[in-house]
Amino acid sequence: MEIIIPVVITVVSGLLLGLLLAVLGHIFAVPKDETIEKLTEALPGANCGGCGYAGCEDYAKAIKNGEAALSLCSAGGEEVYKEICSVMGATSDEKITPKKAFVFCGGCIDYTEDKMKYRGINTCKAANMYFQGKGKCDFGCLGIGDCAAACPFGAISIKDDLAVIDRTVCTGCGACVSACPNFLISLIPADQTVAVRCKNVEKGVLTRKACTHGCIGCRKCEKTCPVGAVTVENGFLAKIDYDTCISCGACASACPTGAVFPIKEGCKN
Amino acid sequence: MKTLIIILFSAIFVNNFVLSKFLGICPFLGVSKKLSSAVGMSVAVTAVMVVSSAVTWPIYTYLLKPKYEYLQTLVFILVIASLVQIVEILLKKFVPPLYESLGIYLPLITTNCAVLGVALLNIQESYTFIESIVNALGAGLGFMLALVLFSGIREKLEKNDRIPKALRGLPIALIAASIVSVSFMGFSGVIEGIFR
Repeated sequence: MEIIIPVVITVVSGLLLGLLLAVLGHIFAVPKDETIEKLTEALPGANCGGCGYAGCEDYAKAIKNGEAALSLCSAGGEEVYKEICSVMGATSDEKITPKKAFVFCGGCIDYTEDKMKYRGINTCKAANMYFQGKGKCDFGCLGIGDCAAACPFGAISIKDDLAVIDRTVCTGCGACVSACPNFLISLIPADQTVAVRCKNVEKGVLTRKACTHGCIGCRKCEKTCPVGAVTVENGFLAKIDYDTCISCGACASACPTGAVFPIKEGCKN
Repeated sequence: MKTLIIILFSAIFVNNFVLSKFLGICPFLGVSKKLSSAVGMSVAVTAVMVVSSAVTWPIYTYLLKPKYEYLQTLVFILVIASLVQIVEILLKKFVPPLYESLGIYLPLITTNCAVLGVALLNIQESYTFIESIVNALGAGLGFMLALVLFSGIREKLEKNDRIPKALRGLPIALIAASIVSVSFMGFSGVIEGIFR
């Protein structure tokens, strides 16, 4: 029976304070902005930060105040953009090209080797500071998964020491782009079918030593491309201009190392 | 009267909650970047401290004292949390810009150990009701003093580009905070000496 009085004290004081709060909250209620509420509802609500604001509600506020463009939500794509436009009474004439994140490294465990065993702090950032990580290639995927941790949608996983993005889940918010210390992830058009899965700018011989699927800068893709979309930049790394690329796949079949891949996820191509 | 003055000034200078008791460090580092929000935050904290002392002292003395002293932490937290909510409601209604600039630090007053610290120390030192309120006021003013002093230093630190890269941001702020705290040790004994 001893327990009852303290329980009563706590419960009663809690109830009284709760009531007081409820009454005060009712008296001093701030009327909420209906437009902001509607906009927040229209947005996906994942709070990924792809738009550059702290969350969906923050972005909705910025739209309402006229500080932000209507088309910044990459996660929602065209559907959400149209909805936002209808809430704000604007015309939805802007074309939204959906983008997806892509890992520009194909160096999974079968194609490259480790130069050491890394036993330090388990993040890519820390591993990169320690002799550019455990892999032989200094430019490649560190394989610990800072990007996977950054992804608010759980689209990224690590398979065979390589980050793999599930393109059906990826919304193109770009949260992973800044997470990679080697800048391997960028957003590319969702309908793009070929990409150079390498960021190694070293000479061909050195690249070849580090990874069998690296870009050695042989310029075969550059010569094969019918529309001139592929250029070899920085001396030894091919780059595709996605605006001119017609996704014919000629470069991919010409590449001797297989660095220019048709876009597929994972290691085996 | 003399004891009240001693309590007030020693709470502000000698037993400064932030700089010598190291309570409430989170808002101290979080909100001291800008002078205006530092002042707003410390006014809010002072208000919460004074009112919560005024509420918790009678609760302790008349309700809990004989048998249920062990409930003090629980009940005090309850009171403080609701008071912070009330402050939040009022600020949201009447001073929206301050509400925006305080952001997450406003609800965090709830878990600000300085507020609970005042309430518990009042009991521990067996202060009377008036003494408790004066102590709470002193603690709040001391919090304000520390925040305002430090925000001045913080603003200078932000603009200084000769700080080594590794120390920029929070590290240099922590070093500066410790130096300010050391300088406050100079007050120990001064207040009692003046009023004796």
